[in-house]
Amino acid sequence: MTTTTAPPTGAARASAPAPPRLRGLFTHPTAGPLVALLVACAFFSFQSEQFLSGGNLSLVVQQVMVVGTLALGQTLIILTAGIDLSCGAVMAFGTIVMAKLAAEGTLPPLVAITAGIGVCALFGLANGALVTFVKLPPFIVTLGMLNVAFALTHIYSEEQTVTELPGALTALGGTFPLGRTDITYGSVLTIALFLCFAYLLGQTAWGKHTYALGNNPEVARLTGIRTTRLQLGIYTLAGVIYGIAALLLVSRTGVGDPKAGQTDNLDAITAVVLGGTSLFGGRGAVLGTLVGALIVGVFRNGLQLMGVGSIYQTLITGGLVILAVTVDQFSRRKVRR
Amino acid sequence: MKHTFRTALALTAATTSAGLLLTACGEGAKGSAGSGGNSGTVKVGLITKTDTNPFFVKMKEGAEAAAKKSGVELSTAAGKFDGDNEGQVTAIENMVAAGVKGILITPNDSKAIVPAITQARVKGVLVVALDSPTDPQAAADALFATDNLKAGELIGRYAKAAMAGKPAKIATLDLAPGVAVGQLRHDGFLQGYGIKDGDPAIVCSQDTGGDQAKGQTAMENCLQKAPDINVVYTINEPAALGAYTALKAKGREKDVLIVSVDGGCTGTNAVKSGKIAATSQQYPLAMAAKGVEAVVAYAKDGTKATGYVDTGVTLITDTPAPSVAAKDTAYGLENCWG
Repeated sequence: MTTTTAPPTGAARASAPAPPRLRGLFTHPTAGPLVALLVACAFFSFQSEQFLSGGNLSLVVQQVMVVGTLALGQTLIILTAGIDLSCGAVMAFGTIVMAKLAAEGTLPPLVAITAGIGVCALFGLANGALVTFVKLPPFIVTLGMLNVAFALTHIYSEEQTVTELPGALTALGGTFPLGRTDITYGSVLTIALFLCFAYLLGQTAWGKHTYALGNNPEVARLTGIRTTRLQLGIYTLAGVIYGIAALLLVSRTGVGDPKAGQTDNLDAITAVVLGGTSLFGGRGAVLGTLVGALIVGVFRNGLQLMGVGSIYQTLITGGLVILAVTVDQFSRRKVRR
Repeated sequence: MKHTFRTALALTAATTSAGLLLTACGEGAKGSAGSGGNSGTVKVGLITKTDTNPFFVKMKEGAEAAAKKSGVELSTAAGKFDGDNEGQVTAIENMVAAGVKGILITPNDSKAIVPAITQARVKGVLVVALDSPTDPQAAADALFATDNLKAGELIGRYAKAAMAGKPAKIATLDLAPGVAVGQLRHDGFLQGYGIKDGDPAIVCSQDTGGDQAKGQTAMENCLQKAPDINVVYTINEPAALGAYTALKAKGREKDVLIVSVDGGCTGTNAVKSGKIAATSQQYPLAMAAKGVEAVVAYAKDGTKATGYVDTGVTLITDTPAPSVAAKDTAYGLENCWG
């Protein structure tokens, strides 16, 4: 797991030979969370014999892939100094659209999946349009959208869990052997998505523009970046990513569940913050978010193996978030100086 | 890069201290936390719907007591909110990874949890559903639960007898759509009362989620709609107490009959003080204790618990109605939970 995340960190750090004044823009805050993750893994491997078994580690990745993917979309929005409270509810709506269309059997499963991802993209587009054109604060817009998506999910599903899904929807839940463990295809897709966006944010003009927009939208606009289009694109793209998370969720549970994802918005924001991305925008990295999601997963799994109840797991997660933000504040002050 | 190093240092320190704190917590809560792989002790997992509902807190206590008695190790987990299926799936996976012999679970979603349960059973783990069934019921090895239909039926028959032939205007304060427990109690109440859904005697039906504040709001709205309500069926005692508050505000608390299900200590006291006329008491401690015993038996010689085991339900009231068997609140308070 860590071996897959280590090389890109190095690669990303090797990039961005920015002039000294801009160094704060592209500094990689992933190292801290990565160390924390490794320390946590070390701690739990001493506490429980089963922790380091291959099967268990692949289990952790598979458990965090849904929230991790949501957090990937969330990271893009937070980098632009926005926030998206609707991600979990939008994902739930996507799962129901996919599951219902596929279970009714009138459409090919692939069309159902595309439709599910499509409605999530539409939600993203609507969020983006309200933020960019109507100039509303993202917090309020996505809070409203959370309720809209939540209600539509329950209306459209008629409160029923959708079962008996065709194989195509659960294919990502299938596994292939790697050494002595089984890895789900969904885990691979999640990690691939993260690597893809790490490249896009670190190596392309689009990525640099996204950071610039988050740092100072006015300056970004004056330097010729088409900020409106960029922001609208980012919200829509986040919607598409939530749609992929919806597919991952269906593949993990094997059903379309209208009650799913109710706390996933905050869990996704937790992963982003633990990964060292700043809620003020313009600072952070998607690989940090992957590490952040894994930290939460490792703690939940490790504590369960130790026999610690879930309320303590929640307590610890809360403490970790506050710590991460504190550390972020201190490092920001250093940068300003 | 200097600050990155500092960040790393700080986070390392933080994680380590968190870890140490945890070990302390874990040791406190468990007595013998730590190395999971110590063979010999049988491990049992209990997964409740949430961590915060007193019913499940009591269930956990019952399981802990039974685990202590049989010398097995209990680990617990819960969904993050009522209806959180994914959290329960994760808990099952982690417990199987921890090497439990059996899992006791109160499913948040009777259908959605089935694939995860099947996975666990394939690996030789005994899975017992507590309190609410899986769908299909045979997806788990066994079900230890209150007969919720019967719980509803008892208060339905009681209400019918207590009304003594007066025309009823009934409000039903239900749980939530698509949740089996709520549906069964509701249907049982109607059966006991001898009416069907859609009967003109039912003047108002609202969902409360079993929550006191929502129960109050629902009752307020029902009274707006039909001020002459005289029988209130409630899914549980928090909803019943919410309804009582709304009725009291209108000065109607004396002439409306409230019936409920649960038999928690707060609820039983409310029966004693006359706020609630009668309640069907259930026994979560027994559910959990029987569940732990089933896993112990399975670990000992491979006997698997199967089928449905009724953990009992008793009508509790201090104003008994003819022809409906009931116990008084003294008995109720002796056996209440929460």
